[in-house]
Amino acid sequence: MWRGRCRRLLLGCAPRPAPGVPKGTGGGRGYAPPAERKRFYQNVSISQGEGGFEINLDHRKLKTPQAKLFTVPSEALAIAVATEWDSQKDTIKFYTMHLTTLCNTALDNPTQRSKGQLIRAAVKFLETDTVCYRVEEPAALAELQKNEWDPIVAWAEKRYNVAIGSSTSIMGPNIPASTRDTFSSHLASYNMWALQGIEYVITQLKSLILSMGLIDRHITVEKAVLLSRLEEEYQIQRWGKVEWAHDYDLCELCARAAAGTLFVHLCSESSTVKHKLLQD
Amino acid sequence: MAALGSPLRTLRGLLRELRLASGPPGRPYRDTAAYRHLLAAFRAHRVTSEKLCRAQQELHFQAATYLCLLRSVRHLAALHREYHGRGERSPEEVAGLVGFRLPQQPGGKG
Repeated sequence: MWRGRCRRLLLGCAPRPAPGVPKGTGGGRGYAPPAERKRFYQNVSISQGEGGFEINLDHRKLKTPQAKLFTVPSEALAIAVATEWDSQKDTIKFYTMHLTTLCNTALDNPTQRSKGQLIRAAVKFLETDTVCYRVEEPAALAELQKNEWDPIVAWAEKRYNVAIGSSTSIMGPNIPASTRDTFSSHLASYNMWALQGIEYVITQLKSLILSMGLIDRHITVEKAVLLSRLEEEYQIQRWGKVEWAHDYDLCELCARAAAGTLFVHLCSESSTVKHKLLQD
Repeated sequence: MAALGSPLRTLRGLLRELRLASGPPGRPYRDTAAYRHLLAAFRAHRVTSEKLCRAQQELHFQAATYLCLLRSVRHLAALHREYHGRGERSPEEVAGLVGFRLPQQPGGKG
């Protein structure tokens, strides 16, 4: 979806032929990875426009896939996005540019969802929250889940003053309606950009509770990812690790969760700097 | 509050990632907006007393999150290059991945 449209990213950017497809190592047979677009710009800079901060690639303005002007509300976010574009080496690897992707989603809103729909989708995750589903056997894993997941559930219950609980049945825990209402009204206090980020983090970690722990800065990204992948980590301990599958997934999840969390924090903060009064 | 370690350690890690991620050669990473922004932010939130400073904690959490993002993206790109970036493998390579070798036919095929 991205690649077809990236030509439209830039104003007045003349179409050019796609770079040659690199030949697969399979002796010309089978699937070769799709060609990536060359890095067609030299300098990346940011500038302040009317709607916020914009990204310039060699004095041409960056646009979203739907050809809207790419503007972000915070300077730190613009710098982070510019760094993503600047750190592309020879070809542009869109799959490594999570913050750019999140900004594009927030700007274009391709699924056309309203704030209410986003909140409902986020709260619905509570019914199937990873940390609420427990196993009964093997006993070692059940104990691991109890030791690792109970503290974070207890934290969420205390922080939001709700009842969550956990369950070993396939039906999941019985979440009272008041809990859902509390989370709904809490999420409603975030703006649209931050909500897009929160929903992204929730769908990555498969857990509303872990995501709120991240957004509230209660746990680090590494910890949240570890808790989200607890069963996988247990199986890895037992059966061994495969770098191209387990490590790949881990890095991907870490990158996505970190990008989403950073995105939420940068979009929802109202930075006020209070200087101490200097005595002469 | 999450345990984050020393802010200086986080800053060092971030600068290292920026150096590794810097784009075309010839332009030092110290010229980038990210470098200047990070240093300015860390300097602005440096406190001399040992009192708990909420703003500093928030900044540190953000910095640690950004560090995690940059590090994971770099590792992922390396893994992708190594295992996924070259399309389909030949039968010999696939066999080698799981420690097998294809049988050799003495005297060539046929």
